[in-house]
Amino acid sequence: MARTGTKRDGGRDARTSATLPPAAVEGDVALSDAQRLELYYWMRLTRSLEERLVNLYRQTKVVGGLFRSLGQEADAVGSAFALEKHDVLSPLIRNLGSMLVKGATPVEILKQYMAKADSPTRGRELNIHFGDTERGFIGQISPLGDMVPVMAGVTLSFKMRRQPRVGLVYVGDGATSTGAFHEGINLAAVQRCPLVVVVENNGYAYSTPTSKQTLARQFVDKAAGYGVAAEQADGNDVIATYEATKRAVDRARRGEGVTLVELITYRRKGHAEHDNQSYVPAGEIERWERDNDPIARYVTRLNAEGVGADVLAGIDARVQREVDDATDLAEQSGVPEPLDALTGVYADPSVVPPLWFREGKRSAVDSHERPEGWGTFDAPAKGAD
Amino acid sequence: MPEITYLEAIREALFEEMERDADVFCIGEDIGAYGGAFKVTDGLMAKFGEARVIDSPISEIGIVGAAAGAAHMGMRPVVEMQFIDFIANAYDMLTNYVATARYRAFLPCPMVVRGPSGGYVRGGPFHSQNPEAGFIHTPGLKVVYPSTAEDAKGLMKAAIRDEDCVLFFEHKYLYRRIKGVMPAGDHVVPIGKARIAREGTDLSIITYAAPVYKALEAAELLEREDGLSVEVLDLRTLAPLDDDAIVSTVKKTNRVLILHEDTRTGGIAGELTARINESCFEWLDAPVLRVTAHDVPLPYAPSLEDFVLPQTADVVLAARRLAAY
Repeated sequence: MARTGTKRDGGRDARTSATLPPAAVEGDVALSDAQRLELYYWMRLTRSLEERLVNLYRQTKVVGGLFRSLGQEADAVGSAFALEKHDVLSPLIRNLGSMLVKGATPVEILKQYMAKADSPTRGRELNIHFGDTERGFIGQISPLGDMVPVMAGVTLSFKMRRQPRVGLVYVGDGATSTGAFHEGINLAAVQRCPLVVVVENNGYAYSTPTSKQTLARQFVDKAAGYGVAAEQADGNDVIATYEATKRAVDRARRGEGVTLVELITYRRKGHAEHDNQSYVPAGEIERWERDNDPIARYVTRLNAEGVGADVLAGIDARVQREVDDATDLAEQSGVPEPLDALTGVYADPSVVPPLWFREGKRSAVDSHERPEGWGTFDAPAKGAD
Repeated sequence: MPEITYLEAIREALFEEMERDADVFCIGEDIGAYGGAFKVTDGLMAKFGEARVIDSPISEIGIVGAAAGAAHMGMRPVVEMQFIDFIANAYDMLTNYVATARYRAFLPCPMVVRGPSGGYVRGGPFHSQNPEAGFIHTPGLKVVYPSTAEDAKGLMKAAIRDEDCVLFFEHKYLYRRIKGVMPAGDHVVPIGKARIAREGTDLSIITYAAPVYKALEAAELLEREDGLSVEVLDLRTLAPLDDDAIVSTVKKTNRVLILHEDTRTGGIAGELTARINESCFEWLDAPVLRVTAHDVPLPYAPSLEDFVLPQTADVVLAARRLAAY
C-alpha cells in the first residue's frame, strides 16, 4: 500500500493542484486490514446517513437546513481517524464523518436535525452543531474560525496539565480569512500547543471560490508565516489524509507544537440543500463525481488490495441496517417542552422565569399593588422649595 | 488590617485564588514580566511562573477563545483586557461563543474577563470606555462592576469561582484613589447582590462604579442644603440585576434617579427604568430620571471630558428636580 498520497487531477485550478511540499519524516502510520475496512465503514455511514437526511428533509422532518459533505467523506474520516480516543476535535459543518469516528451516533445526528427533545442539544442547536467532551468532540458555532482559538485553549490545558493529548480543529478555505483563525493559530503556535489545524480546501466558501479568498498559492504556504509545520494531502484519498494528519498528530504529541494540514477536496453539493450552485462552472461537479469520488476511489484501491466485493457489501448492509434502525428510533422521539427553553443559560440561576404574559394568566388586569393614595401629587412635595 | 487600594484588592484576590486553586491561570497582554499596564498582576509571574501567568500576543479574540477552550476542560482562566475598550475585539467570541456555550452545548465556561474601564482620567476615546451595556444585553454573561476595594476583592473571588463567564469591569479612576480594609478570612462577595451605599428616605440614586462617589457627594450636599434624605444603591452586579434591591428602594423612597457614566442611549438606565415601570409604577411619585454621559465618544481635553461625563452638580440638579414633583 502506498504510504504517501498524491493528488489526482480532478480538474481544479493549478493553485490547488500544486505539487506536494517535501515529504515530512514519516512516523509509524501503517494501518491494519481491519482499520482499512473501518475507514470504509465510516465513509459509507457518512454518505448513507446524509442520504437518509435528504429523504427526511424532503419530507419536511428536518427542521432547519441540511448540510452535505458529499465528496468530502475521506478528508473528514481519514483525518479524525488519526486521533486517539482521549484526543479532542472540533468539527465543521462538513465533518459529519469526523464526528462519527469520534463516537457520535446516527440516532443523535438524526434527532438533532429533527430538533427532538432528546437530541444532543435538546433542540437548542441545529444540524451537527453538538459535542461531547467525554467522547472528544466539541460543537462548532456558526461564526467561522472561532473554533481555532477555542481549540488553542483546549490544547493549552493539555499542555498545562502535562496530558499526552492532542487537539484537532477543522477550518474551511473561507475561515482562513478570519481574524479568529489568525489569532488562534498564532497563539497556539507561540504557546506550542499540541494542536493540528486542518484546512479543508473544498474550493468554495458558500459561493465564493478560493481565488477570491486568498492570493496565497496554496493554504499550506500560510504555515510558514506562523512558523508552524505543514502537511498537504489529497483530501479525497482517505489513506493519504490519514497519513498526513497522523504525522501532524504525532508531532503535536511529541511536544513539537502546531501543524497546519491542508486537505484538498471538493464540495459537490451546495453550501446547504437550498443552494442551487449556479456559481459553479459547468461540468466541474460532474468531473469530480466521475473522476474523484473518495468512496469509489477507495473501493477501487481496496479491491486491488484483495478485499472482496462481498466484504464491502457486508459493510454496506450493516450501514443500511444501522441507518434504518436509527431513523425508526429518532422518529419516535418527541419535541422539546417549551419551558425547557428557559433552563440552563447559567449554572446559577439555572432557570429564567417566564415573562408575565407567558405565565398562563387568564386576566390582563389584576389588583393594583398600592390602591390607597396612589399618586401623591396632591400631597406636600417632599424637599421642594 | 492595613488599608489597601482598590487595585491591590483585585491583585490580592488573584493571588489568593491562584494559590487556592491550581486550575486558575491568568492570560493577557503584558501581564507577566511587566505586571500589566496598571500593575494589577504585578508579582504574579514571579510567584506562579510563566505557565500560569501567560504573556499573550495582541489577540483579544485569541485569548478569550483560548480561555473558553481551557475552561471547557476544567481550567479557570482569568483574561486581562489591557483596556476594557479592547473587549470590542472579542465581542463575537464573548457573545456568540462563550455566552451560548452552556445553553447550546452544555459546555461549562467558568472564566473571568477583567480590565480597566471608565473615564474621568483624560484617557480619550479608546482608554475610557464603559462598554458594559452591550454585554448586559447578552444572556449567558455575568457582569460585575465594583466601586469599593472590599467589593473589588470579594467579587473577583466570586467571579473566579463562578461556573459561568463573568466580565469584571474595574474602574481605573478608583484603582489608586479608593482604599479599604479587607475583611478577614476568605472574603467573597456574592454576584447578583446590590449594596446600599447610603440609607435615605426621600429619593434613591441607583448607580454603580465611579459614579457611586458622585452620588454620595451629592447626597451629602442635598442633606446639608435641602434637608433631603438620599438613598444610594450601588448595583455592584449589572447582570444579573438585583431586582429585589431595586424594587425595595423604589418602594421606600418613591423617587428614582439613575446615574451612570456610560452613554445615554441604550445604557443600562433605560433597562432599569423599564423594570421599575413594569414592576412598581404604582409606587412612583415622579418619573424616573437619568443622569448619564452625553451620547458622544469620550474626548480627551479636561474641559471636554468633564462636560460630557456626569458630575456631582448634575446629580444634585436632577435630584432637586425629582424632589420637586
